[in-house]
Amino acid sequence: MIKRTPEKVGFDGAFFLLAVIVYVILGIYDFDLLKNALSALAGLIARIAPILLLVFGVMFLTNLFFESQGVVRFLGKGSGLRGWVLAIVGGIVSSGPIYMWYPLLSDLKEKGMKDSLIAAFLFNRAIKIPLLPMMVFYFGWPFALILSIYMTVFSVVNGILVQFLARGGSEG
Amino acid sequence: MNLATNKDLPRRKQAFLKTTQAFRKSLPILVSVLMLLALADTLIPKRAYRLIFTGNELMDPLIGAAIGSISAGNPIISYIIGGELRQQGVSMLAITAFIVAWVTVGIIQLPAEALMLGKRFAIARNAISFFISIVIATLTVLTIGMA
Repeated sequence: MIKRTPEKVGFDGAFFLLAVIVYVILGIYDFDLLKNALSALAGLIARIAPILLLVFGVMFLTNLFFESQGVVRFLGKGSGLRGWVLAIVGGIVSSGPIYMWYPLLSDLKEKGMKDSLIAAFLFNRAIKIPLLPMMVFYFGWPFALILSIYMTVFSVVNGILVQFLARGGSEG
Repeated sequence: MNLATNKDLPRRKQAFLKTTQAFRKSLPILVSVLMLLALADTLIPKRAYRLIFTGNELMDPLIGAAIGSISAGNPIISYIIGGELRQQGVSMLAITAFIVAWVTVGIIQLPAEALMLGKRFAIARNAISFFISIVIATLTVLTIGMA
């Protein structure tokens, strides 16, 4: 435990430190550009904060009501068609940036959620019903409809392929 | 289950602590991803995208998928850029690959995905999504008959 903790902190921290170093270099090179980047960062944080709260709420409810056995039943090996439907619908209705959902999916994966269903969930996040009018505006409704259908179908193909490729590894 | 009972209080507290712990673990990675996204948004001008396409029907979908993969942000931005690219005469094949890869492939958030969902999973998922974005673009354009 004592040996593992610094290693974990080191890896997470290194990624964070890298981002900070890039900002510092940017500030030395062009302070106005740094101010623009910080302003964009503030805007980004303000936009994702409500989603982050939603994810926290979903995670809390999952931890409260679902034991590992429940997750395995709905999203594990024997989940079958129901698992696929849950992953696809979950991906479509979930909102906010993709990376906001990593903590929840990581949690569900530890409880037994299949890689194929995680991949299908993430792929279906590309289909956003509230954004469809915008897509229709730019490209027309036949494009939006056909693209959404192909996206849903290929999310299953994506999930099966990811499961096949990821299965060989210890992390897969 | 009745949430109001005192009997469930330790269980709720445990669930809350577990969630907080998971969030605390993810926070440095999430903040790092946000910092890199804000940086990309600041440094890459929207007009830069259209300068990259060549007009080659084989290369442009690959370029579209590649640019979509390294870009990130709200999908609306990809629609706006896609709409602008269309007006510039870029093929729908390239634009569709760009739009699909924008949301399904994430190079900027790959380290975070690898850290939280496994390195092998993240690499496999992003690589497969990249190729599927081109397949979906091809099928969509063929189905609708858009140029």
